[in-house]
Amino acid sequence: MRIILNGKPQQVSESRLDAVLLECGYDQPAIATAVNQAIVHAEDRAQTSLQEGDQLEVLAPIGGG
Amino acid sequence: MVDLYGVTLSNPLLLGTAQYPSPEILADAIRLSGVEVVTVALRREAGGSNAGQGFWDLVKQLNVRVLPNTAGCYSVKEAVTTAHMAREIFASKWIKLEVIGNPDTLQPDVFKLVEAARILCDDGFEVFPYTTEDLVVADKLLQVGCEVLMPWGAPIGSGRGLNNPYGLRSLRAHFPDTPIVIDAGIGLPSHSAHAMELGCDAVLLNTAVARAGDPVAMACAFSEAVKAGRTAFLAQPIGMTDMAQASTPIIGKAFLT
Repeated sequence: MRIILNGKPQQVSESRLDAVLLECGYDQPAIATAVNQAIVHAEDRAQTSLQEGDQLEVLAPIGGG
Repeated sequence: MVDLYGVTLSNPLLLGTAQYPSPEILADAIRLSGVEVVTVALRREAGGSNAGQGFWDLVKQLNVRVLPNTAGCYSVKEAVTTAHMAREIFASKWIKLEVIGNPDTLQPDVFKLVEAARILCDDGFEVFPYTTEDLVVADKLLQVGCEVLMPWGAPIGSGRGLNNPYGLRSLRAHFPDTPIVIDAGIGLPSHSAHAMELGCDAVLLNTAVARAGDPVAMACAFSEAVKAGRTAFLAQPIGMTDMAQASTPIIGKAFLT
């Protein structure tokens, strides 16, 4: 199915959020996720299924002022 | 010494972590200046890059407290969601709340700021609101649960120093028991000393250090300046007068004309 990952179309074969993250190369702990503008906590990712067209945001630490 | 939400800092300088020439220079600037709090942010991460994890690992090694921000947020919902995502990663109740209202000045939208602060305080966050020197807004922020005020000195990154010392002095006078952290617009160590001389409790800056020719030396200069400014405030500076007042006694002056 096709989702929108960080604003860009992304084809994924998995549907569970934790599996989608691994499929897309996110294997580090320091990330936070939101689906359709709502935060999904790390402990809830295994119970969260993505649907066609869902918007997934994956954020990570960066330098800030 | 400054107390921010029960955390006592001996160094009233807080540093941002963006725009440094290299991670090594960032780390040296923090270590050698003795800074105890640094600001961090969240941004989209490309799969497989691990850049965010690398940055976070570096910051953790520095043994400093982090103050995550909501930089670049323009809506209440965006800021609140970003704050929650930051809390998940950084495991901190602290949030530097920015809700921007104008893209040219990066001035805070104080109406949205108060609303976002109310939501986040209710959610258990300890909010550092990036605000203006407006007294009424400051009072609203305290009413919704903020225990620190963080007024701007000047627009972010402008290096202009304190645009409105009168407003900051007024803020200090109206809220004598609330920690005031000047955030943004500082360009020189003397600007930060000025803020501390007015009675502010701390100064937060980024660009003035990160973009300096020698960020490490500049961070150390700022660290000394804020401490000097604090000492000067506690030493009770004299007031200004319009006319000269001779410091050398007139009595006893020889008649030599």
